[in-house]
Amino acid sequence: MITARLLSGRMTAWDGVFLLLLLVLAMVVPLLNLVPGQDSSFHISAYMVSVLGKYLCYALLALAIDLVWGYCGILSLGHGAFFGLGGYAMGMHLMRNIDGRGVYGHPVLPDFMVFLNWEELPWYWYGFDQFGFALLMVLLVPGALAFVLGYFAFRSRVTGVYLSIVTQAMTFALMLAFFQNDLGFGGSDGLTDFRDLFGISLTSDGMRSGLFAASAIILGLAYLGCRLIVSSKLGRVLVGVRDAESRLRFLGYRAERFKLAVWTFSAMLAGLAGALYVPQVGIINPGEFAPAKSIEAVIWVAVGGRGYLVGGPIGAVVVNAFKTFFTGNFADYWLFFLGGLFVFVTLFLPQGIFGWLRERFGSGGETRS
Amino acid sequence: MTEATSILNLDGVCVSFDGFRALNDLSLQVDRGEMRAIIGPNGAGKTTMMDVITGKTRPDEGTVFFDGRHDLRRLDEAAIASLGIGRKFQKPTVFENLTVADNVLLALAGERGVFANLFSSRPRTAGDDIDRHLAVARLLPQRERLAGELSHGQKQWLEIAMLLAQDPKLLLVDEPVAGMTDAETEQTADLLCEIAAAHSVVVVEHDMEFVRRLGVKVTVLHEGHVLAEGSLDHVSSNERVIDVYLGR
Repeated sequence: MITARLLSGRMTAWDGVFLLLLLVLAMVVPLLNLVPGQDSSFHISAYMVSVLGKYLCYALLALAIDLVWGYCGILSLGHGAFFGLGGYAMGMHLMRNIDGRGVYGHPVLPDFMVFLNWEELPWYWYGFDQFGFALLMVLLVPGALAFVLGYFAFRSRVTGVYLSIVTQAMTFALMLAFFQNDLGFGGSDGLTDFRDLFGISLTSDGMRSGLFAASAIILGLAYLGCRLIVSSKLGRVLVGVRDAESRLRFLGYRAERFKLAVWTFSAMLAGLAGALYVPQVGIINPGEFAPAKSIEAVIWVAVGGRGYLVGGPIGAVVVNAFKTFFTGNFADYWLFFLGGLFVFVTLFLPQGIFGWLRERFGSGGETRS
Repeated sequence: MTEATSILNLDGVCVSFDGFRALNDLSLQVDRGEMRAIIGPNGAGKTTMMDVITGKTRPDEGTVFFDGRHDLRRLDEAAIASLGIGRKFQKPTVFENLTVADNVLLALAGERGVFANLFSSRPRTAGDDIDRHLAVARLLPQRERLAGELSHGQKQWLEIAMLLAQDPKLLLVDEPVAGMTDAETEQTADLLCEIAAAHSVVVVEHDMEFVRRLGVKVTVLHEGHVLAEGSLDHVSSNERVIDVYLGR
């Protein structure tokens, strides 16, 4: 019924193009990695597959940010925290999968714990040897943090720049905490030296292609979920929260509950993005909680176009493609370029890349809210 | 017992902001089905009174009862709105990035929960209700436009349509004709009289011509207190009212 509703004119042509593109990518990229020989000009290297997969994880993070920022008016400068927590939950599963093949060869303890002379596994590492449990934590840990923070912030009617500062402080606090060796997450080195997932080596072509395809499909599903939310009556209530929150209260809506629900959902999406990211890049460390990372993600959304859903993913891919190019060739100039891009978009494309595309090629059937 | 017939009952309400007494022992009763006009100079406490009734401001002293049994001091804005008190703000506040029809849709009596709203799109039956309210507010031709594109007067009417859609027992209308042309003011007076036939209404207004046109009982506020009450002719002949307000 829900899919029927989505298909009956609630989706724009742009949505269709975006989802189709993801589906094609999910099939073509793995094929071009696995089928043509190394020397063929069609061959996509395993390294490139992982780089593209990483972009898709960033795209999912940007989607999560646009849902709360573009539709609910909550400018989060701390979504990296949810991304990082999801990543750590997946990293813990991958650590448990090393299973005695670490440098120290301990049957249960990860290397860094042996190094710190720990005798046994901390209780909060229990259960992470099960993939299902780890996946649950990928969603629940960021979700719970977002729920608790949002519950108090929204109930106290903390909004605007104050809320942004709170989210920024949250990710900064997490970064400091995760730098501590005593916390039990590997300190500044984080979690790395992963071996396999489902018994398949993370460095094998098949696994890399599989992770890429999974990232594309999950991004597509998350996009559908977000589209369902914003096109329902709930989506209109959210726009009401964004534009005139107190008016909405006098209509009988408890604005804080709507914000809390969408905020928590968005944090879970960010956690999922982090969980897909970690096996593809092979490491998770406290650097992911750095405030600058969260701010960079907000820039992706601003560059791509805020308040359209599809803008966030576009911005994430475009900015990161530039980043890969610059850090490979002119590493020193990357931050200047990023700053310049932000200024350029603000001045000349105030609606972002997608806003410009829409203006040029049509809205594809629905008005922006 | 006055509670039996009165829809709204304020008794001895006091509100202070940083030592300034916005409301000072304010007592007011509005009967079921009545339309009441509230007038008073700037700073007389008209908007603060609205804030107290709708839960935005808590009174320091006094009681506020709705429908004889609901103690409004204990409820938040959303709960008070759900009881059946609708409010139109002085400055028109509509959802500018939604269409006119969607503005009314949000106001329509119905589900206010998160998940209920996720799974209800614009219900088919709601379309008729939306059209009915828009027709009353003379906005039917503007149905699919963004509310932000409406003229000032049209936004005021949209707010009134949203109030009607809420189907409240009591409507609080704050300066509905501020910034309107004479023709719009006349139409708005007619519109309010139409609405008053089926609802209790409290109108706050500066415009004397407009209040005269409504032809209802008038309460004059001054420094957070009721100065006089009665027909417009009665209160305009009151010495003290002439002193503080009419200044003639």
